Amino acid sequence: MSDRQPTTDRGRIRIVGFDEATEQKRDSDASSDAADADGAAADQSIASRAATGIESTTASTSALAQPGRRLENAWRRFRRNRSAMAGLAVLIVMTVLAVFARPITVATAEVTVTLQPFSLAPSDPAAMFVGPPNASPSPAHPFGTDWAGRDQFSRVLVGGRYTLSIGLVAVGLALCVGVPLGAIAGYFGGWIDEAIMRVVDVLYAFPFLVLAIAIVPILEPVPILGSGYWTVVVALAVTGWVGYARLIRGEVLSVREREYVTAARALGVPDRTIIRRHVVPNAIAPVVVQATLNIGTVVLTAAALGFLGLGLEPGSAEWGAMLAQGRSSLLRGDWHVTVFPGLAIFLFVLAINLVGDGINDALEPNRDVDDDRRRMR
Amino acid sequence: MSLGRYVGRRLAVTVPVLFGVTALTFSFVHLLPGDAVDAIVGFRAVSPATEAATRAEYHLDQPVWDQYLLWLRDAITLEFGESPVTGRDVSATIGRRLPATLALGGAAWLLALAIGIPAGIVAAVRAGEPADEVGRLAALAGIATPNFWLGLILLFVFSVRLGWFRVLPPDAPLVSLATAKFLVLPTITLGTASAALVMRLLRSSMRRELDATYVTAARAKGLPERTVILKHVLRNAVLPVVTVAGLQLAFLVDGAVVVEGIFSWPGMGRLLVQSVLQRDYPVIQAIVLVIGIAIVLANLLVDIVYAILDPRIRY
Amino acid sequence: MALLEVEDLVVQYYTDDGVVRAVDGLSYEIRAGETVGLVGESGAGKSAASRAVLRLLDGTGEIVGGEIRFRGRDIRELSADDLQAIRGNEIAMVFQDAGAALNPVYTVGEQIAETIRVHEDASDGEARNRTIALLDRVGIPNPAARYADYPHEFSGGMQQRAVIAMALSCDPAVLICDEPTTGLDVTVQAGILELLAELAAKSETAIQLVTHDLGVVAELCDRVLVQYAGEIVERAPVDELYYDPKHPYTVGLLAATPRLDDDRERLPTIPRPAPDLVDPPTGCRFHPRCPYAEDCCASRRPSLVDPVSGRPVDGDPETHVAACLEYTGDLEAGLDYEVQIRDDADSNCRERKQQGEPR
Ligand code: SF4
Repeated sequence: MSDRQPTTDRGRIRIVGFDEATEQKRDSDASSDAADADGAAADQSIASRAATGIESTTASTSALAQPGRRLENAWRRFRRNRSAMAGLAVLIVMTVLAVFARPITVATAEVTVTLQPFSLAPSDPAAMFVGPPNASPSPAHPFGTDWAGRDQFSRVLVGGRYTLSIGLVAVGLALCVGVPLGAIAGYFGGWIDEAIMRVVDVLYAFPFLVLAIAIVPILEPVPILGSGYWTVVVALAVTGWVGYARLIRGEVLSVREREYVTAARALGVPDRTIIRRHVVPNAIAPVVVQATLNIGTVVLTAAALGFLGLGLEPGSAEWGAMLAQGRSSLLRGDWHVTVFPGLAIFLFVLAINLVGDGINDALEPNRDVDDDRRRMR
Repeated sequence: MSLGRYVGRRLAVTVPVLFGVTALTFSFVHLLPGDAVDAIVGFRAVSPATEAATRAEYHLDQPVWDQYLLWLRDAITLEFGESPVTGRDVSATIGRRLPATLALGGAAWLLALAIGIPAGIVAAVRAGEPADEVGRLAALAGIATPNFWLGLILLFVFSVRLGWFRVLPPDAPLVSLATAKFLVLPTITLGTASAALVMRLLRSSMRRELDATYVTAARAKGLPERTVILKHVLRNAVLPVVTVAGLQLAFLVDGAVVVEGIFSWPGMGRLLVQSVLQRDYPVIQAIVLVIGIAIVLANLLVDIVYAILDPRIRY
Repeated sequence: MALLEVEDLVVQYYTDDGVVRAVDGLSYEIRAGETVGLVGESGAGKSAASRAVLRLLDGTGEIVGGEIRFRGRDIRELSADDLQAIRGNEIAMVFQDAGAALNPVYTVGEQIAETIRVHEDASDGEARNRTIALLDRVGIPNPAARYADYPHEFSGGMQQRAVIAMALSCDPAVLICDEPTTGLDVTVQAGILELLAELAAKSETAIQLVTHDLGVVAELCDRVLVQYAGEIVERAPVDELYYDPKHPYTVGLLAATPRLDDDRERLPTIPRPAPDLVDPPTGCRFHPRCPYAEDCCASRRPSLVDPVSGRPVDGDPETHVAACLEYTGDLEAGLDYEVQIRDDADSNCRERKQQGEPR
């Protein structure tokens, strides 16, 4: 195109004066610079922000702020998320209804202490023939009655207790097993990792519900588990921990290499302390999100067990178990027996999912819920 | 590394898992409270002669390790004995039920892909727009709907009220129009949650891929947007979805356990539930083993397919 | 009529912190066959400006004003089909990170052949043969065999060559190179620059070279545009820019460019980071960082003028123009720097002093 020689070949250019001028300006600005000091820091962050937007350089700012501050920020973000707040509201309402549905009493041999005297549910969920059997919804029985004449409305209200507590307790137990095992596997690696992860692989070969179904007959006769309630909870916890183990192991593997962990190790901090103080807190956010979402999965599985007539005693006012008679009553044309408990499960699981997504967006907006869900498998 | 060596290494990891799966399934009967013979015969009172025969048949007179190996040998030859409850041969029963479940599961899986993939693409491309929001809520609803509830409602509306479909499966061969028509409702029931899962996964992986420079580069080349999305983005975005095919299978199996009961579909899931309710342990054991091995092999297959789809894997 | 004319281009990004005006009233033109450098620090909006030319802004970026005329047609007004017909065919792009610009799951050859197939009525075989020839032309050894390789099997330099081949596949009239050598080893960089220099010299393709590296510009370009905070602050033929920079920002960039025989202890740098484009500085946008800034700089906005006459920019793109209040006579103390040029042969120094010793 042009026949000119590249400029750099012809001579060397040196600029004199700019730097000196800069120095001078710096001196004369010294006083105002002091006032600008934090302004400059702000500039810095703004520059990196602009850079991510425009030049698409990824500037990952690791937020190592105080946990309190971080939670506060997360809560602010969560509050702005309308669907998450709606989900939270549904959960709160359902919890309140379940807790105040019937009085809660603790009875020992001598005394009976009433913890909660309110009774929102009009009748005892187990009382039969409070109305005619299979009655359609009416002012007296807003959700109708089931085949044994039990008030569906009361049963749906009280049924929330099973669902909420099974979900929370089973996920809690699963976390107690999965998080330490996964953290240990990821932190130590080697044969410990191999062993734990092979167990995880083996358990993963069995679908959630199938494994729970197979476990129920094993657990049922164990005396301390006694009632079907604990059978269901333990069965769900046994099947549930593997996901958390896998997820946190992956997180720990990446956290393990960070400087503060290496530094702590070099200082001779015991492994247990490092895991507890440094590794787990930095790897826990996605686990919290997945655990929240998993409450939904666990509730669905528990309801499926109830529906199949496994675990809980037949006739329990559990939402899934209430549907167990649903097929025959539907074929008879009694839709209300099926609709209301199912709707309750649907609402609860939907709300949990909205809240879980919201927590994720609030804690780690750049992280993908579905991606983590995939990684659990 | 060549593909062959990759597959070899993957197989090497699979073998101990298969071992674990069989061991766990084997120990199932032994974990049950009481004597294994009681469990096998279903906790009925039996004559000493029957007890001795059962003991011999299940090798219960041998040390545990030998029991396992003998059981494994029987399992490999599909020799699961007879059901103490029905008296039928367990392998034959499962063999009869398996095709029905495969048909239902396959149909549901196809439905899930047929809905989930296009919906995921649309949601990702229209991210933030109303179409995406609707899709997100629909997917959440799909995940949150208990499949047994959905099944019951579909059954009620379309079979009981409208009478469009039969309530009970027709007495027709598996591959027939009548059966296909009957399978519509169970397929929808089983496929809905899977479709939601596929959609969400694909949406999220597509969103990630859409930000990649190669997408801008493909547009800069002047490729039509269709080609950019369907050729360049989708091919990368399905990779993470492929990795969960094993999860999908597990998901479908779980669903089948429930859905088959609702629609009286004579598959393995219904058999499993019946067997649990009847305490028919040899059948439970055999079904759990079949499912476990199927999922392990599916995961193996998924990894191989992934390696073929993603050229970077073969380092 | 110039081949590519950009007039008053405004590009905005919508971020959580507000609207970022990455490009704010940018005007320039590129004539057939010439090589124009667009220089500035990262964050100056260079990439946004060049991506806007093909309407390829990423994320929330949007062109909110101005015109981009290619052969007289406004690219902003084109239908999707017409735009596709121009992309890759008449105007092609070379990306900064070649590894990311190649789709990992398709072979390198396929990705180049695809471009040929979409723009030209070429059969698969023809496209393939032309691709192999292109790979050969950009200096990839054994092109027929490398055709079927996947991107991860190429080295970084080879990936960049493949991306250049892709851009050249339909003989574009304009090639936009966005930081084509950033992130590569120095030796690999030299190879790519050589390839681009050869292209600039031999082919009819005009090149818009976007870079933060004045050394790269010096080697390749005919004319240079210096961009700061979304605006052009100086425009000059390449020699004039180096030997006689007029804008303090250009001077700062030149002072900060390392040289082979550097005997300085530390490179002078422009103090403070690039400005916030959500809320850009008033007046001259460079004033918070400019060592010569005076009070008026914070309030009055300089426009591009001829430094000698002080007259506003005229139609000739070869004219040297700069946007500093010095050239409209508003500064009291003037600018104080000098450009020393040392010839390599005999190290006698020619010195030239910038006008305006403190008055
Ligand atoms: S106008 Fe003022 S601040 Fe801007 S470059 Fe010129 S001297 Fe510096």
